[in-house]
Amino acid sequence: MQRTAPPVRTPSLLTHLRRTLVAGLVALAAILVGSLPAGAAEGPCVASPSNGCITGTIRTAAGDPAVGVSLTIEGEGEVLTTVTGDDGTWSVSVSQSGDFAVTVDPETLPEGETLRDPDANPRTVSVALGSTRAALFPLGTPSGGTGTDGSASPSPTDSELEAPATPAGSTSKVAQQAVNGLIFGLLLALASVGLSLLYGTTGLSNFAHGEQVTLGAILAYVGTQIIGLPLIPAAILAILAGAASGWVQDAGIWHHLRRRRIGNTQQMIVTIGLSMVLQYSYQFFFGGGRLRIVIANPVPVQIGPVIVSEQSLISGVIAVITLIGVAYFLTATRTGRATRAVSDNAALASASGIGVERIIRLVWTLGAGLAALGGVLIALYFNSTSWNMGGTILLLMFAAVTLGGLGTAYGALAGSIIIGLVAEMSSLVIPSDMRYAGALLILIFVLLVRPQGILGRAERIG
Amino acid sequence: MDWSRILTNVVGEAFAPTTAAYALAAIGLNIHFGLTGLLNMGQAGFMLLGAYGFAITATAGWPLWASLLTALAAAALFGLILGVPTLKLRGDYLAIVTIAAAEIVRLVGRSTSLTWLTGGNAGIAGDGFKESFQATSPLGDGRTQIGPFEYSNSLSNSWWVRIVAWVLVALALYLVWRWTRSPWGRVLKGVREDEDALRSLGKNVYSYKMQALVLGGLFGALAGIIYALPRAVQPDSMGRPMTFYVWTILLLGGAATVFGPVLGSILLWTILMFVTSFLREIVPDTVLRTEQIAMLGWVLVGLTLMLLVIFRPQGILGDKKELSINAH
Amino acid sequence: MPTDPITLSPADALKDVPHRPGAPKPDPIVIADGVVRRFGGMTAVDVEHLEIQRGVITALIGPNGAGKTTLFNLLTGFDQPSAGTWSFEKKSLSGVSAARVARSGMVRTFQLTKALNRMTVIENMRLGAVDQPGENILRALVPAMWSRREKEITAQAEELLARFKLLEKKDDFAGSLSGGQRKLLEMARALMTRPTMIMLDEPMAGVNPALTQSLLGHIQALRDEGMTVLFVEHDMHMVRHISDWVVVMAEGRNVAEGPPSTVMNDPAVIDAYLGAHHDTDLGDDSLLDMPDAVESSADATTTGTAGTEEDR
Repeated sequence: MQRTAPPVRTPSLLTHLRRTLVAGLVALAAILVGSLPAGAAEGPCVASPSNGCITGTIRTAAGDPAVGVSLTIEGEGEVLTTVTGDDGTWSVSVSQSGDFAVTVDPETLPEGETLRDPDANPRTVSVALGSTRAALFPLGTPSGGTGTDGSASPSPTDSELEAPATPAGSTSKVAQQAVNGLIFGLLLALASVGLSLLYGTTGLSNFAHGEQVTLGAILAYVGTQIIGLPLIPAAILAILAGAASGWVQDAGIWHHLRRRRIGNTQQMIVTIGLSMVLQYSYQFFFGGGRLRIVIANPVPVQIGPVIVSEQSLISGVIAVITLIGVAYFLTATRTGRATRAVSDNAALASASGIGVERIIRLVWTLGAGLAALGGVLIALYFNSTSWNMGGTILLLMFAAVTLGGLGTAYGALAGSIIIGLVAEMSSLVIPSDMRYAGALLILIFVLLVRPQGILGRAERIG
Repeated sequence: MDWSRILTNVVGEAFAPTTAAYALAAIGLNIHFGLTGLLNMGQAGFMLLGAYGFAITATAGWPLWASLLTALAAAALFGLILGVPTLKLRGDYLAIVTIAAAEIVRLVGRSTSLTWLTGGNAGIAGDGFKESFQATSPLGDGRTQIGPFEYSNSLSNSWWVRIVAWVLVALALYLVWRWTRSPWGRVLKGVREDEDALRSLGKNVYSYKMQALVLGGLFGALAGIIYALPRAVQPDSMGRPMTFYVWTILLLGGAATVFGPVLGSILLWTILMFVTSFLREIVPDTVLRTEQIAMLGWVLVGLTLMLLVIFRPQGILGDKKELSINAH
Repeated sequence: MPTDPITLSPADALKDVPHRPGAPKPDPIVIADGVVRRFGGMTAVDVEHLEIQRGVITALIGPNGAGKTTLFNLLTGFDQPSAGTWSFEKKSLSGVSAARVARSGMVRTFQLTKALNRMTVIENMRLGAVDQPGENILRALVPAMWSRREKEITAQAEELLARFKLLEKKDDFAGSLSGGQRKLLEMARALMTRPTMIMLDEPMAGVNPALTQSLLGHIQALRDEGMTVLFVEHDMHMVRHISDWVVVMAEGRNVAEGPPSTVMNDPAVIDAYLGAHHDTDLGDDSLLDMPDAVESSADATTTGTAGTEEDR
């Protein structure tokens, strides 16, 4: 794959077509928003830093809401009961983080309905303060043993990450989401800098970068929960191990592939394979559940109309300081300038005596280290991590990096903050489980209007 | 150790509807990547749209042909929307946009706010949408055993789904065989090699790429329907991993070859079945849980993909000289 | 090659044309006006007026970075100008896509050869053909609708390959040919479209000297068959030897025009070259090896290294 700029030929017809398409997409988005059944997005329980929610919807095998089903929720010294409403939904608010057993009273199910999986009653859900978890009880004929039809082996579902604390009361919602978005964007930037630098210096789109982010978070989890270290030393060790993994990866795999002159497209597919290997290895060792780096509940801090957890605030500050450090490194140090030179033109940099391979090794190490730091902070921000956390935000990182202009480090920062803001603030207008879709839609918009990204520059062809 | 059970599992997997569905999806991806060089990383999006298009309309009681047409139209529209912004740009933009778009389809489809239409993250249960398809079965009710394989005649994971699925695969192979040997296929290969050279010869490269994208997407939609028919439409089982399996299948069999996708699909699923069945037999539950064995299987798939691309990018059937991965 | 007695010989047709930049020609096939292309702050091409005479061989020369290739890209629709209009056979080509320019009869080759490496030589040739109904997605499925035309195309391709001494290579992958053979293949493939005008971007670069003479013969034969040829070349011997008219560009502008014998002595031309390269004798082969900072990354063809890079 060539790394020259995209040939941007824009005959007027095409421009027109693009505009029409943009308009069409906007309309589509509007229809999507407008068509939602009113009230579906808001449940009676709203998570905040002082409470968490457990919710669900029970439907009959035919798909109609199951009304009047009783549920009991027990755990952390609380016993709560609730009944499903007219739309089959139920929700309870819990005042502590922890594991809760949710039991459906089978006697209250509608006539003729049974639980599809009677063994999963009660079902245990772990909830953190400020987050919402769903407990699902599908109805239907009990499936019993799964039999031997291995072809049906479903790939493990990748559950979406939950939104962090959102206080009730819509007046402050905009400010709240903006602050959340800003913090999330900064953390995303931290995680994406490596992706962008790597693309800049080698032209490789690394689909396994998300797993570097997960690695940081999981190592921090191992440090605090398994070894029993305090958070800060565990996080520092995780970052160092993450950086080392970048070094090892480049020395063990990518350096050789470059030397064998394996094209960037091929290398990109190799990163996809690697991402699968890593994701399923994480799941193999740590299971599919949520891993909490810190058990203690986040301490809320009130700033004007906005409530932020102390952790998020500190994370944001750490992100800003680190990003300033990266910027200083890139602009003011010799090695940093060499990195940018390789990014601009590897052949020219090599000709002027810069050790390109050494720089690429450094970029791998630095990028993986920053990804690990980003991973730890993002896991704290979301209150937990899981085997596919990095995979879930990988596309957001790609969106951020593409948005800013592939391969420009500052672009990654600007793009990340935009993506963070869009992801968090879009939940004001679209259902929150669609908010990542909104961020990805922005990516497509940008490619329609400004293919070289916000900060990228159009280059001469050939 | 129960070898006959392992063998039965493996052989059953070779002609399972899922294997046929993945073969169809890989045939579509072969048109994109093998023939035209388009990096479509969102084949699962085409499949999911096909499955949704079919299941939603069939649940609403539309006739079979109308459901099929809806599925195909949804995939074609998706291809057009993806193609307009990206086909003029360099290849990796298409990769990022297609993977993002497939993700958008899944995220929107599984959203609780669309439960009335798509069933949210629970998906669309099978009973609702299979009726129109099962009604076309001439095999009647009951179950039939052939050798060690016993399936229902017409319901769900049935003989009828298997027959239809493999007939579709055969038909797709015939068409692709015709296309690759036609001047049209020649133009696509030219596009894969060098777009500018084709432009200088007066070919409308953009239009050819769009045709390839939409055509491969149509096969993807059919694959999605076949994939959903024996089970249910489950958005979370049709995400990025599915796209990556399709890629592994294509590269395993050999991109730009006619039979590569089918061979790749049969090999991938039978080997995976063999490894997991074998491990289940020899490793006690206390050491490795069943899901851990499944995960080992996926780790294996990932490794296969990496090693294939590095050491044998032409796959099993491919011609070393005609590597289908662009090296420059 | 016997010429048609009714048409004027190329030299005759151009004998009354004044030797100055932008001179009007008696029968121009291409007319360009005010064509400007800027890249950021740099103006790569700024051609006030240019006419190319039909049925003759016109050479476009100038030091590296003079904007010759960019002008080629603009005329053939591979790049969009910042301003200006131009026409081919009296039809405006402003904003017309590269593919449609080619279909209208103006076909080009590239400085960096664009052979389709993983396709055979004969398939490369067939791709150049026009009016193949089998290139339609639906008709492609019915061989009866295109196999007759395919036979004609194959015959045409084999005839051209024989002329370019590539016939015995017809089933080889294009990537296995030498750099010079790929240049020939690219030219032959362009001729498959039966163009009225062919534009060659450095046809001699990287070609084995043994092939050079026959290549010159081919180009003259094309002219004698009535085709218009425009080529960019650094090899002054080739320019002197076969061109009927020479256009000199420097810093994006058209600085001089005339027959090869007079234009080489034009002070503007000498200035243009001396401005870039001090001790260059025009017509000296060493010009071929002249490195240049501006275009060197794009046109590494002169040494033939590009060929090996493309092979991998």
